Amino acid sequence: MAIRETGSASAGEVVVRLENIGLSHDHAHSFILRHVDLEIRAGEFVALLGPSGVGKSTLLRVIMGLVQPSEGQVALQSRPAQAHRPAAMVFQDAKLMPWRSVRRNVELGLEGLGLNRAERHARATAALELVGLADRAQRWPRQLSGGQRQRVGVARALTVEPDLLLMDEPFGALDAITRASLQRELLDIHARRQGTVLFVTHDLDEALLLADRIIILHGHPAGVKGDFMVGPRPHEGAAVQAMAERMKRLIAGEADPGADAAYWQASEI
Amino acid sequence: MSQARGRLLRPALGLAGLVVLFGVWEVAVRGGWIQSGFLPAPSSLGPAWLDEVRSGAWVQAIRDSLTHYLTGLVAGSVTGTLVGLLCGALPVLDGLLSGIVRVLRPIPGLAWVPFAILWFGLNTAGATFIIAISVFWINFYAAYGAVRAIDPDLYEVAAAFGHGGFRARLRTVVLPAASPGVLDGLRTGIGQAWMSVVAAELFGVPGIGARMMQASSLLATDLVVVYMLTMALLYAVTDMLFMLVRRRLLGWQG
Repeated sequence: MAIRETGSASAGEVVVRLENIGLSHDHAHSFILRHVDLEIRAGEFVALLGPSGVGKSTLLRVIMGLVQPSEGQVALQSRPAQAHRPAAMVFQDAKLMPWRSVRRNVELGLEGLGLNRAERHARATAALELVGLADRAQRWPRQLSGGQRQRVGVARALTVEPDLLLMDEPFGALDAITRASLQRELLDIHARRQGTVLFVTHDLDEALLLADRIIILHGHPAGVKGDFMVGPRPHEGAAVQAMAERMKRLIAGEADPGADAAYWQASEI
Repeated sequence: MSQARGRLLRPALGLAGLVVLFGVWEVAVRGGWIQSGFLPAPSSLGPAWLDEVRSGAWVQAIRDSLTHYLTGLVAGSVTGTLVGLLCGALPVLDGLLSGIVRVLRPIPGLAWVPFAILWFGLNTAGATFIIAISVFWINFYAAYGAVRAIDPDLYEVAAAFGHGGFRARLRTVVLPAASPGVLDGLRTGIGQAWMSVVAAELFGVPGIGARMMQASSLLATDLVVVYMLTMALLYAVTDMLFMLVRRRLLGWQG
């Protein structure tokens, strides 16, 4: 059994809409996020790019419903299909449960979806095959390398067939070689699955490599400071270079000289 | 091969140490450096033990003590673990009980003997009560600490994958994550409970402790040592059985 394809039938539909999201810890004072408006459409691979500590991960948790925003609304569209979750998340350090086997970790999100044992087993197997770890299903997390653990984290998220896949700097803690191979695999999986991805990173190169749209989060409180459609991969050439230069300035907190002329809203493309 | 040798080396060394101890002890008594009334020779322990077995007192004492031991251990372990887990997982309960814990915790199990006798009498229930109290605190703190040490990110992971409510958290995160700490507490309790058995029986509740008191009042020191070694053996057996179970439950820890 393969992971069910999503998105292709409803490509272009809004999967998640954030309206005027604000978040403060002590109500009304010192906002972490403020006036965040955002729409992500089915099939998009969006990178959320910004400096460390700006609130990217927090925004992801707001979308996931793990953190309640102080202001604004999150509207997450869920297709009517049975036995899936609207959103799933890949965490920074995989965060597997060490007392569960690889298979049981992957099945975590399937418990409570009303699937029987055989269905859970089949779905977990398909997800593990997708990340190349079918032969490691019976291992404990401690027996895996960092890269393999993160692959299990990806399988755990894919197996609930989410409408929106949230990834919180998933490859940040890995060595360069492992990171590169996981990035390639992720693009491969995305090409096959055609799902919708929101990928948090502080690395411009990673964002350019993976995403077809890059959103810059910056400031105190943080807000969306840029929204770039990078177009089809590979992202090379003068136009992409020019965009990358503008993104660098935005991440550094400088004004964007091209902002008036070319602040690209996703909806206008 | 060298691994197998390494595995055998430690128990062999342990055995050698015991042989040396008993050898030196035997020589010291026979050579007259230690008076046999003061400390009996190891060679006198065998006959003393055989007499005790023949009279039926040995088996009866073990049976009585095991009854106190097991009921006290189970009662103290279950309640201690349960209250510890709940206090660790529920901040309100933790706060409510923090004052009570502070007052009761420093009181040793033995200090409850007067009340044990008053409430239950000089019987099995009284001894069980003393044992249960000392085991309770060990398990309470082990479980409480284990829950407090859980990586909070795991709660987030559980919630992200649909296990967000209190009961779901308890099942998917708290119980499995705390199990190594809880099992360590149970193991400590299994040892501590044997110490409490002797203490609880010294006051006359029949069992190994009471038999030791009788023997010492008759200056039958060989019998006292026989029961000391009996307890060591019982402890070794219970601990070994527990470690077998533990290894099975915690295979994921490696």
